[in-house]
Amino acid sequence: MAFALQIDNLKKVYGSQTEALKGISFNVAEGDFFALLGPNGAGKSTTLGIVSSLVNKSSGGVKIFGYDLDSQNAIAKSLLGVVPQEFNFNQFEKVYDIVVTQAGYYGIPAKEAGKRAEYYLKKLGLWDKRSTPSRMLSGGMKRRLMIARALVHDPRLLILDEPTAGVDIELRRSMWEFLKEINAQGTTIILTTHYLEEAEALCRNIAIIDKGSILENTTKKALLAKLNMETFVLESAEPLLEPPALDGYVTRLGGDGNLEVDVARGAMLNGAFGQLDAAGIKVTSMRTKANRLEELFVKLVENKSSR
Amino acid sequence: MSLATNPVHRNIIWVSFTTIVIREIRRFTRIWAQTLLPPAITMSLYFVIFGNLIGSRIGEMGGYDYMSFIVPGLIMMSVITNSYANVVSSFFGMKFQHSIEELLVSPVPNWVILAGYVTGGVARGLAVGVIVTLLSLAFTSLEIHSLPVTIAVATLTAILFSLGGFINAVYATKFDDIAIVPTFILTPLTYLGGVFYSISLLPEFWQTVSLANPILYMVNAFRFGILGVSDISLSVALTMIVGVVMLLTWYSLRLLNKGVGIRQ
Repeated sequence: MAFALQIDNLKKVYGSQTEALKGISFNVAEGDFFALLGPNGAGKSTTLGIVSSLVNKSSGGVKIFGYDLDSQNAIAKSLLGVVPQEFNFNQFEKVYDIVVTQAGYYGIPAKEAGKRAEYYLKKLGLWDKRSTPSRMLSGGMKRRLMIARALVHDPRLLILDEPTAGVDIELRRSMWEFLKEINAQGTTIILTTHYLEEAEALCRNIAIIDKGSILENTTKKALLAKLNMETFVLESAEPLLEPPALDGYVTRLGGDGNLEVDVARGAMLNGAFGQLDAAGIKVTSMRTKANRLEELFVKLVENKSSR
Repeated sequence: MSLATNPVHRNIIWVSFTTIVIREIRRFTRIWAQTLLPPAITMSLYFVIFGNLIGSRIGEMGGYDYMSFIVPGLIMMSVITNSYANVVSSFFGMKFQHSIEELLVSPVPNWVILAGYVTGGVARGLAVGVIVTLLSLAFTSLEIHSLPVTIAVATLTAILFSLGGFINAVYATKFDDIAIVPTFILTPLTYLGGVFYSISLLPEFWQTVSLANPILYMVNAFRFGILGVSDISLSVALTMIVGVVMLLTWYSLRLLNKGVGIRQ
């Protein structure tokens, strides 16, 4: 299997004390849509910072499409595009100049850079703002500007660190569609996010990192299969005063008088509905209580902390 | 895929270098009221006050009327302060806004980053030098003794102080840090570097002390280029300037390669 990213026993110690990465290893296959998840301070940004050459590693190795980041630095970097968590463009420069200048850093001549900037700025809905100083953009526009800038040299591996933080739902969905599209065209994508719904919707493989160690590194399907219970929220036509006892299910009242039903993985919901019908409770809607991945994530991190 | 066959890399050195230089020139011309106008006003005041009003009472200095004597020094002072200021403020500004990361993630070699910033600093230093030279023509006539020496010394000095500005910016962590060196080191050394007087006026002890001031060599070498007179031998001055440029280049590259101040 060809790998877009290979991380081997990567360690990072800040100062003489803080061990941010304790020798992590993982690979990301070419063409993958990969999520690196973890709580704040877990080591996600340090890992991506080292891959992006923004953080010096203490030891270990990083290869991008087989090119060593130390000994084949230039070619490895040319294959990588980075969308950082914090806005990191010149606030006084115009949107168009920022993208064209970035292309220049990758050896793309001005004329070609202009064409590519136009393509990506149009694609991301920023062409009308091309002459606007970047500081005048809204938060969502700034995020899209960073994506356009990261793509202008057509990288084969795109790293996105919290790309939709602070972005409204509509825009987030449109950014998801765009990321799916470029992934389908062959660009490998690595994503960190606090919106686990985002990782569940987009990614095929997921690694969970906490306190500088990898807790899980597997497919999304395998990860979700580890969940043995799922909670459904049922809205009834009449507010419930107490939860009905349903044989074979754990029930309780949630906020707004809704009924919460725990269902074991593989169990049928029909039985619950049959009993509710018999009790005269009319269900008007149903949804899962929490994002499934979020539940698992919390469990994994909690288990690790209590060890 | 090798560097030679990767289309991205065939042009990277030249294109990335010109990209940095164009961005640097665009920056200081966009804010011309902060970068090009103030030295023009300040130097015009120097010419009026020290050259015309006070200078006419001083008489000759180094065999020339006082105005002719101070013009090369004032041009050099502009070149020094502006080449330094351009790089220190631009590079620190990029660090402050984190836009330096645009360069760090890219495959631009460190020496190209340094060359780009230094060329930007030289461009502003020489642009201001030309402006001040043109202004000086309103007050005195300049007959250039040696154009090659004049251009070479101005350019080398601009390179040297651009490198100085770069090192200052690398170490700076707050805006105060980029003001300390120009205020407390650069300005005193420039004023004591023979801009306004010949060191032959000083007692012997202070003449010797003055020889430790690197700016003295640059001002005098430049004055030799324009007037043909100098307190310091031209070859000694050029050797000193080139030596310091080489030393600062090596040190700047070392800082960049280690990522001091820019990589965690």
